Amino acid sequence: MNIKVDPLATSRPKLAVRDLNFYYGAFHALKHINLEIPERKVTAFIGPSGCGKSTLLRTFNRMFELYPDQRAEGEIIIDGENILKSKQDVSLIRAKIGMVFQKPTPFPMSIYDNIAFGVKLFETLPRVEMDERVEWALKKAALWNEVRDKLNQSGSGLSGGQQQRLCIARGIAIKPEVLLLDEPCSALDPISTGKIEELIHELKNDYTVVIVTHNMQQAARCSDFTAYMYLGDLIEFAPTSELFMKPKKKDTEDYITGRFG
Amino acid sequence: MSEKHLSTQFDSELSGISTRVLEMGGLVESQVARSIYALTNFNAEVATDVLRNEERVNAMEVEIDRDLSTIIARRQPTARDLRLLIAISKTIANLERVGDEAARIARTVQRLINTGVSSRLRLPVNDLAYGAELAVAQLRKALDAFARLDTQKAIEVLKQDDQIDQEFDGLLRKLITYMMEDPRTISPSIDLVFVAKAIERVGDHAKNLAEVIIYIVKGMDVRHNTVEAVESMVK
Repeated sequence: MNIKVDPLATSRPKLAVRDLNFYYGAFHALKHINLEIPERKVTAFIGPSGCGKSTLLRTFNRMFELYPDQRAEGEIIIDGENILKSKQDVSLIRAKIGMVFQKPTPFPMSIYDNIAFGVKLFETLPRVEMDERVEWALKKAALWNEVRDKLNQSGSGLSGGQQQRLCIARGIAIKPEVLLLDEPCSALDPISTGKIEELIHELKNDYTVVIVTHNMQQAARCSDFTAYMYLGDLIEFAPTSELFMKPKKKDTEDYITGRFG
Repeated sequence: MSEKHLSTQFDSELSGISTRVLEMGGLVESQVARSIYALTNFNAEVATDVLRNEERVNAMEVEIDRDLSTIIARRQPTARDLRLLIAISKTIANLERVGDEAARIARTVQRLINTGVSSRLRLPVNDLAYGAELAVAQLRKALDAFARLDTQKAIEVLKQDDQIDQEFDGLLRKLITYMMEDPRTISPSIDLVFVAKAIERVGDHAKNLAEVIIYIVKGMDVRHNTVEAVESMVK
């Protein structure tokens, strides 16, 4: 007897992408993407370089708007609102949808201020509450024990792995609902990578996490759902255990088994 | 596996290990055939030879198992590659047990010869040969299906398992008749019941192998289903 449970059906979508097209000038980088990102789960985007996975991630908080030639068409719906058409202040969208980049990007200020900086943009907290928030974020990011005695030192004095966890702490300090991670471990050593993966696992209790990774094993290890993309198309989207054990599409299988190309 | 990986080294590791599974299968198949030959001809030499070869079968299992772990650790296989390696792990465990059954038959032959029973009494050993032939043919077919990843052939193996089971039931009835007619045959007849059981087990292992082939190709676990259900699942 086979009991089939579709995990996609059992969790509520946090973010829905409908017929999304994206252009870098004349170049059509994302083609009719339809996708639902489940709430409080980790979703990974994998695919060869140039497949559009980072581009897709960057549409989720309208990061692409920083560049004049880039435009997105279609819908990205979060909590019933299409953020692409939203009149909402883009910084409010980004407060809701935080992002961590490939290279750690600590601000040139103290560890404490790195975290307090973003919080101050949205909330006015008394000193004690701000202290608590900084501690909370650092604890969540599994960094507190390593930096508790040097909160006033510069963030750039930390190791690469610590800097990346500092950026994650900064991202979650403003209490976003979605956390976007764009290859957060590609510049890190295996120990730091392990810590971040452990952290990702912790974070999904409170956040919807979307991660772009070149490392397929990382997607296999820490995501609940995986999307395989190729040349701007979404080829397959499925629960991770299914996609890595028995993908439905041959293209996906060729990629994950290393037969691609 | 038809298409190549980007890493040719990985390809050669996978095809190398598959080849060795087939080698092990070939050895085990001949072990069963020879143990039955030893029985039907009461040939002590062949029985001894089978017992000696049993060590080779065991060593092959250990060796293939070790290489499997190495490939999994170094290549982190996914999808059908992973399914293939898991399937190989199960296959060699089954083959090793088939080897054990052959050794069990060979030991029985030695006992029947050493106690002088084989020359004193007329035993229905030739009746066992037919069931054994069926079992060996099933094993060969399953190994063939493994080599070609042929699910149709695997299903044929599943379908024919019934025949061996029926053969076993028939033999059991026959041996009971022998024992009732001549109580002196009770002890050797019980030995032959165990041989018949060993043959039936060889058929079961062939069936397990066939199920594993469907797992590799289709990614479906078809164990504990009727043949008809398996057929419709694979379609």
